[in-house]
Amino acid sequence: MPADRRAAVSMSVGVAAAVALYGISFGALAVASGLDVWQAQVLSLFMFSGGSQFALIGLIAAGAPGLTSILVAGLLGVRNGLYSLRTAPLVGKGFFRRLLAGQLTIDESTAVALAQPTLAASRVGFWVTGVGIYIGWNSMTFVGAILGDALGDVSAFGLDAAAAAAFMGLLWPRLTARDPIVIAVVAAVVTAIAIPFAPTGVPVLLAALVAFVFAAVKERSAR
Amino acid sequence: MSIWETILIGSAVVAALKFVGFLLPASVSGSPRVQRISDVVTIGLLASLVVIQTLAVGNALVVDARIVAVVVAAVLLWRRVPFIIVILVAAGVAALLRFTGLLG
Repeated sequence: MPADRRAAVSMSVGVAAAVALYGISFGALAVASGLDVWQAQVLSLFMFSGGSQFALIGLIAAGAPGLTSILVAGLLGVRNGLYSLRTAPLVGKGFFRRLLAGQLTIDESTAVALAQPTLAASRVGFWVTGVGIYIGWNSMTFVGAILGDALGDVSAFGLDAAAAAAFMGLLWPRLTARDPIVIAVVAAVVTAIAIPFAPTGVPVLLAALVAFVFAAVKERSAR
Repeated sequence: MSIWETILIGSAVVAALKFVGFLLPASVSGSPRVQRISDVVTIGLLASLVVIQTLAVGNALVVDARIVAVVVAAVLLWRRVPFIIVILVAAGVAALLRFTGLLG
């Protein structure tokens, strides 16, 4: 195998292994949030997007209405749609191939694909990362859900804090300039103020709305 | 709405969104403006979820072991420690604080 593709495989395997491990905490937390093992597994099989999955189970655990939970998970999934614009040209033709590629289009597979120096390596990076994470994330979700079922109180193991840290880990690489930091701080403050007053789930939507208005005003003034 | 309904509809919505790039012409959804606005909304959502997971218990703001774990996570992320280690350390910090009874 040429060096560029070998490097892509090695990056993909590293990323997939790390994400798979973190699937354990998703499975355990899902069960702690009131889901059963099969419900946790269905989310990993069909939703297959870490941020949306954690948000959905967090809101279900907090007792938010179903529609609010779906809306927040959906808003977090919008970025996958934007990623698919970048990955669609990489994956080739054929209905089933494109169906599979769509489902595998997430943060990590896109990031690994776009980090490769050649088109061939990008293809390898996308598929190996995507398939690797799909298998790893789903099998570790199952392990985590079974463990969570057996352990009972997952907060004693700090898994609730792990979910908070996971959102921080997803946010952190995006804080690369002044504007993203400002919007993150404003969204955080809006959320903290809204939590005691607004129905569960609404603070997240308020923060999203504030971020959207910020971005729209920014776009207007840029023209 | 039952948990199963929330899970199935939510999964369908999130999965369907992944196919936008395969269905829409790139000129519509690929415009730099749409990308920028989506980036900003994602940042707002994630920052909000950090606060909720760290401080909320139902409709109350509660300071407990979670906030210490998240601050430790932020420092590790700043030091470019790999994601999986950050998660494990954060869980460990919260577990230790609770085990020793320092913070709930």
